[in-house]
Amino acid sequence: MAISRRRLLTGGGALALTGGLAAACGSDTGRGGGGSKAALSQWYHQYGEAGTEQAVRRYAGAYKDADVRIQWRPGAYDQQVAAALLTDSGPDVFEADGPTLDQIRGGQVVDLTDLVEGVRADFHPAALTPKTYDGRVWAVPQVVDTQLLYYRKSLLDKAGVKPPRTLDELVDAAKRLTDSRTKGLFLGNDGGAGVLGGTPLYAAGLSLVTDDGKAGFDDPAAARALGKIHRMYADKSLLLGAPADWSDPSALVQGLTAMQWSGLWALPQVRKALGDDFGVLPFPADGPSGKPAVPVGAYGSAVSTRGRRRDAAKAYVKWLWVDRTDYQEDFALSYGFHIPARLSLAAKAGRLKEGAAAEVVRFTADHGYAQPLLWTVASRTAYQDALSRIIKDGADPERELRGALRTTEDELRRVRKKS
Amino acid sequence: MATPGSTRRRSTPRERNQTFWFWIFVGPFALGLALFTYVPLAWSVWLSFFDAHNTVSPTDFVGLDNYTAVLGEPAFRSALVTFTVFTAFIVPATYALSLGLALAVGRLRFARAFFRSVFFLPTACSYVVAALVWKLSIFNGVRFGLANTVLGWFGADQVAWLSTTDPPWYWLVLVTVRLWLQTGFYMVLFLAGLQRIPPQLYEAAAVDGARPGWQTFRHITFPALRATSVAVVLLLVINAFQAFDEFYNLLSDARGYPPYARPPLVYLYYTALGQGQNLGLGSAGAVVLALIIAVVTVAQARWFGLGRREAEG
Repeated sequence: MAISRRRLLTGGGALALTGGLAAACGSDTGRGGGGSKAALSQWYHQYGEAGTEQAVRRYAGAYKDADVRIQWRPGAYDQQVAAALLTDSGPDVFEADGPTLDQIRGGQVVDLTDLVEGVRADFHPAALTPKTYDGRVWAVPQVVDTQLLYYRKSLLDKAGVKPPRTLDELVDAAKRLTDSRTKGLFLGNDGGAGVLGGTPLYAAGLSLVTDDGKAGFDDPAAARALGKIHRMYADKSLLLGAPADWSDPSALVQGLTAMQWSGLWALPQVRKALGDDFGVLPFPADGPSGKPAVPVGAYGSAVSTRGRRRDAAKAYVKWLWVDRTDYQEDFALSYGFHIPARLSLAAKAGRLKEGAAAEVVRFTADHGYAQPLLWTVASRTAYQDALSRIIKDGADPERELRGALRTTEDELRRVRKKS
Repeated sequence: MATPGSTRRRSTPRERNQTFWFWIFVGPFALGLALFTYVPLAWSVWLSFFDAHNTVSPTDFVGLDNYTAVLGEPAFRSALVTFTVFTAFIVPATYALSLGLALAVGRLRFARAFFRSVFFLPTACSYVVAALVWKLSIFNGVRFGLANTVLGWFGADQVAWLSTTDPPWYWLVLVTVRLWLQTGFYMVLFLAGLQRIPPQLYEAAAVDGARPGWQTFRHITFPALRATSVAVVLLLVINAFQAFDEFYNLLSDARGYPPYARPPLVYLYYTALGQGQNLGLGSAGAVVLALIIAVVTVAQARWFGLGRREAEG
């Protein structure tokens, strides 16, 4: 059979096509190969502060027993991890705001209790408790993060407002600080539903889930506290639609708002821009049984069950997040601004001993609360939707909370059922 | 292909050759379609009958529990209702706007290619990029956003476009970005449709005394565009129910998505397929959504007579 030019071309094209397809399916260049050392992949979410990525790459490079490859992942990190843990191509070691209760119960993360043996008491309790389920530890806390209220001293002085100590004072202050160019308070572009979460409940002396596993906001005080956040929205004292959201101090620094709820990580940036012209506060208490509230979160390092080298991964986590306290201190304090998860490190960190930072460390110790592990994603979504409707639509707080309470109780029943 | 009785006949080399090339060309795409569309689809249906928290190979069969749960979930129902209303608005709006543009561009005597390209260009822009431009520079809520600067010239207060629920200004942002992105594409479809209308029809109409303008449009152009219109409406409805990109990028933040203007797909993404990882519930929701789209599409196709010859319609 004579091969015409056209036939040759089409055949070649088709071959190239199938070849390309096969290559696309077969290439697994992410891991494997390369010397005798085990290759581990480690995931981090994208930290905003310059130098963090270089730092974690440096730590990984210094580890001798495995070839650790860092993946620095921008975007919706929690969703990426959740999806990756279902497959074999996920990370061996990953940092997580959780792991979530369902990830632990689903057997997606490895029990790391023996890694922290002997130093368990040295971890900040608010950081370790949400990583503990059934007495076992499922992630090694890396750093402690907190959120707090920043305010511009000069703007408060000008308006004759004292730093608010109660939620009512906050409502009042936000209103008096609002003028045509500057808003009184920034709680995020959604009016606070996302970032506040359970904080107003804790400020009212309540909780999301109690220690004995019941819904903690079945109380009229909850509706009262949340109604006051709506008050600020209705007063038009809240900054909304800022180009950068609450986690970034730009709105405060640019003078768009007089007070802003943001993270401890923003402190260096605020200090650089405003010098001494700022102060920090916990979320103010509400009602007779209220107390100030400071939400505490901790990213922890976890090991995936689907990873092929679980023991190597555990050894690496122990090396980096338990043994190498010098790296832990560097990671917490040299780039962004976090409190080390280890009490012994936090106590000797010089940068945490003075000024606003020292105050924050004190709030965190006195008023810090962590989101309970039993507060599942479904409960959180239901509560957050309710909070958004209360704040923005002025929906009746009691009715909205009843709906969220129902979902929470269903979820608590579900997670109790099989454990 | 083979008719009965001819099956025993040995195929000629030419026929074999044709079959070979048929599979060479169609095979990879059929394989891709099966692997990336039909297998996940079937898997999703299978998952919807299981309690599949954080797993895609569940063992805990729960029957129709996921379906009752997702249909009993007020958030999912409200997403469906919201998007029925959204569809009822955005479909006619996009339709009218793109048809109007097509008629206007079609009548141009000069620079027609230029305007066609100008209006078509937004189609090439990604939904994500457009959403970010809308969110960060045009409709941000502070005094230096474009919309607020314009309002400021008239002495009006600044508006937090995406955060205000009363009045629901966020719809203005969502609808304008979608119109900007989609209108050009459908305009091109209509232009193609317009060019297929034989000029003799217009000549005959003119001879019969039809006035140019509305009368001609109403009785000649619009009926002649029937096939194009049906296809456009069908695509618009499916697009509206599958809305995700611009909604997600305009309204979500690190902490989730507000409870308003939440498309069904965003709901499924968050509460089920995202961090929640309730894959059974999510699959049930996806199946419900797919069924709704299928039913609506089939009903529409029946109603409009999609695929019937234009002369018969």
